[in-house]
Amino acid sequence: MSLRSPIGRVLGLGAAKEGVEHWWMQRVTAVGLVLLGVWFLVSLLRFDDLSYALVTAWLEKPTNAVLMILLVATAAYHSKLGVQVVVEDYIANKGVKIAVMVLLNFVHVALAALGIFAVLRIAFGAGA
Amino acid sequence: MAQFRLPPNSRVVAGKTFKAPAGAKNVRVFKIYRFDPESGENPRVDTYEVDMATCGPMVLDALIKIKNEIDSTLTFRRSCREGICGSCAMNIDGKNTLACTKATEDIKGEVKIYPLPHMPVIKDLVPDLTNFYAQYASVKPWLQTRTPAPPDRERLQSKEDQEKIDRPSACILCACCSTACPSYWWNSDRYLGPAALLAAYRWIIDTRDEATGERLDALEDPFRLYRCHTIMNCTEACPKDLNPARAIAEIKKMIAERRH
Repeated sequence: MSLRSPIGRVLGLGAAKEGVEHWWMQRVTAVGLVLLGVWFLVSLLRFDDLSYALVTAWLEKPTNAVLMILLVATAAYHSKLGVQVVVEDYIANKGVKIAVMVLLNFVHVALAALGIFAVLRIAFGAGA
Repeated sequence: MAQFRLPPNSRVVAGKTFKAPAGAKNVRVFKIYRFDPESGENPRVDTYEVDMATCGPMVLDALIKIKNEIDSTLTFRRSCREGICGSCAMNIDGKNTLACTKATEDIKGEVKIYPLPHMPVIKDLVPDLTNFYAQYASVKPWLQTRTPAPPDRERLQSKEDQEKIDRPSACILCACCSTACPSYWWNSDRYLGPAALLAAYRWIIDTRDEATGERLDALEDPFRLYRCHTIMNCTEACPKDLNPARAIAEIKKMIAERRH
């Protein structure tokens, strides 16, 4: 029970002066994902068959490797921003919220690193 | 976690039924949420059969008839009965609206009436709007200027500039929008909600106001503003046909715009 006034409670710790970067980047990465997604889908459809040799040969090409790295990085970043919103919306406990957010940041960076490393490995010929 | 189920003492149980008088010709059934904090009992839904032959056309007319003639313990807010005071906002037939401007004949079958969703209930259809009003006050809904007022006349505004605030100013603070918003349900302690943000927008775009930057500063916050995920329930619910969702989008655009 607190006797703090309602307006005092609403004003709380004040405005964080952030949120616009998150909002903006969510939209920028969405545009990026549309462009990269179309490229990826078209590329997949143009394969005669999805054999290991054919796909790795395709991914070895510098343009494809770079675009694939961009796709992995953008998807991971966009996902991080989206998941953050879900966590902020639904987890009310501050300690749990921060812990989950940090953990999810680690997961997203790890997934991005894993994906990028995989592409590089194929691109530089070590995967064959 | 956000609570998806009501706490045990808030779960709704079956209530009493008040039959229509014998000889009633045009009977409509009203199922109304009842809660009395002093009884210590769970909320219940009471059923009232109302003879529409002797009742006015709006849902509020039926509520007043029930209170006057059937069950005087029924509690609700009402005042102007013409959609300008915002007192009789409640959830009717699954939608937040004003009981005084909602016609009973536009509702099919039983008329289900609940208080505005996800608010603490004081009694029956009366929600506690303390936090809602405090949020409205927090956006400083008044003119802030540095230029002293002209000594001989009011602060002037062009017709075009007035038109910008014409619609947002028509908000009656009934809380239909904010209490229809899932983001507001989960985070009403920190998210300002569509009504307060529409009010903020009304002052941000007022050309006589000189605190636009400070107003945007105060809103730039992951919770106060950016909990809005353009669900659009606010605009859907507004009984005055206003567009809080667009106002919030415009605020977000202005905060992004000043960075570039």
